[in-house]
Amino acid sequence: MNARITLRVDGRDRPVALDTRTTLLDALRDRLSVTSPKKGCDHGQCGACTVLLDGRRVVSCLILAVACDGSEVVTAQGLVEEGEPHPVQRAFLEEDGFQCGFCTPGQICSAVGMLQEVKAGHPSQVTDDLTGPVTLDDEEIRERLSGNLCRCGAYVNIVAALREETAPSEETSPRAETSPSEEAES
Amino acid sequence: MEFLRPATWAEALAAKADLPEAAPIQGGTDMMVELNFDVHRPAALLDLNRVAELTRWTAEADGRLRIGAGVPYARLIAELGDRLPGLAQAARTVGSPQIRNRGTVGGNLGAASPAGDSHPALLAGDAVIEVESAARGVRMIPADEFYLGVKRNTLLPDELIRAFWMSPASGPQYFSKVGTRNAMVIAVCSFAIALHPGERRVGAAIGSAAPTPRRARAAEEFLAAELDWDAPLEPAVLRRFGELATEAASPIDDVRGTAGYRRHAIGVMARRTLTWAWNDLRAGRTERRAG
Repeated sequence: MNARITLRVDGRDRPVALDTRTTLLDALRDRLSVTSPKKGCDHGQCGACTVLLDGRRVVSCLILAVACDGSEVVTAQGLVEEGEPHPVQRAFLEEDGFQCGFCTPGQICSAVGMLQEVKAGHPSQVTDDLTGPVTLDDEEIRERLSGNLCRCGAYVNIVAALREETAPSEETSPRAETSPSEEAES
Repeated sequence: MEFLRPATWAEALAAKADLPEAAPIQGGTDMMVELNFDVHRPAALLDLNRVAELTRWTAEADGRLRIGAGVPYARLIAELGDRLPGLAQAARTVGSPQIRNRGTVGGNLGAASPAGDSHPALLAGDAVIEVESAARGVRMIPADEFYLGVKRNTLLPDELIRAFWMSPASGPQYFSKVGTRNAMVIAVCSFAIALHPGERRVGAAIGSAAPTPRRARAAEEFLAAELDWDAPLEPAVLRRFGELATEAASPIDDVRGTAGYRRHAIGVMARRTLTWAWNDLRAGRTERRAG
């Protein structure tokens, strides 16, 4: 069974007709020749296929392309603006946050999504204070990037890259607002 | 394989009635693993991503929250973490950050794996599951009656999960699980507790330690009878609670752990989570970081 859909990939509309069983990852790589997301495990374990889907990081191997009709997909390749690497990409380069590079596009997309989550105040499993802004220390970086594996073991430098990238964090934001009356109930 | 894309809930129910063998799919984080590896080849997929009401939650007139089956874990954590702390803690341990942006409680309920992370928190927090069919309308099923066996639930072939209902926490709640790391592991076993100080009652449930997630009923009844709510926790009460929680388990040996280890760990988690919750209650807090 086939379907015609349009994905907006890295800023361009890409109409495509595909079998409804096609994953977003296969649609990107095999049908649209966008090879920046990588197929590592094909079951959501490794994170090499991470892309930003309507702004949120997701593993593209566990999503059917047809379910993304009309959605905005940004890959690591699409984070480059006018030939200039994204600040996170630059930080990976400067801190040597990779060896073979296979997991890197997924790590980069995951890191960009992660920084947005932190900015929005989303707590992680290792966040102590669930009500205040998140302090992105090494433990937080590791937990928040735990959905991306690197078989070369470049984790130390990936953490360093993100530590570097987030060091001057003057921006803070409150968590999802709670009215005083609701707080009194709980 | 047929692929159905209803735009509304009514269309989704009609599609499920017409083709009961269609497998519902929302976040896809569980179902897609099986499809990619050809473990499971459903006759049809029923994609619920266009059904907007599934991704909404509302505070209802009776004070409870009604949370659409398609609200992803990441939104539960960000938007409802203050009102459903036990479930939010469990949600923060699901899969990986990428999985939490897609995966839903509805999917966990549909799969009904004994190891699903949300189940113990749903049970301890007295969640009620709202399911619906085109032919018979809505059924409200207490979480306690929802799980039937390993990966089996009470859903009938023409029914879909619409939402789950839970009261905002009235006291401290905790979730704890054992695994080799936080990300991308299936729980060896897990435990959830919810204190209801107003009713002088404690909800407690185990995960991944029996054919289904289940309440630790005898442990709950023991605390309801023996707990002195105005005093520090008695070591003897704590110990007995751990024993009764362990007795609620009927685990198996598998690649993730032995039955003996699981029994032991359930007792440890029961004592730990009750201690954390009790300390919070005494200190007037509702939550701190779980371990």
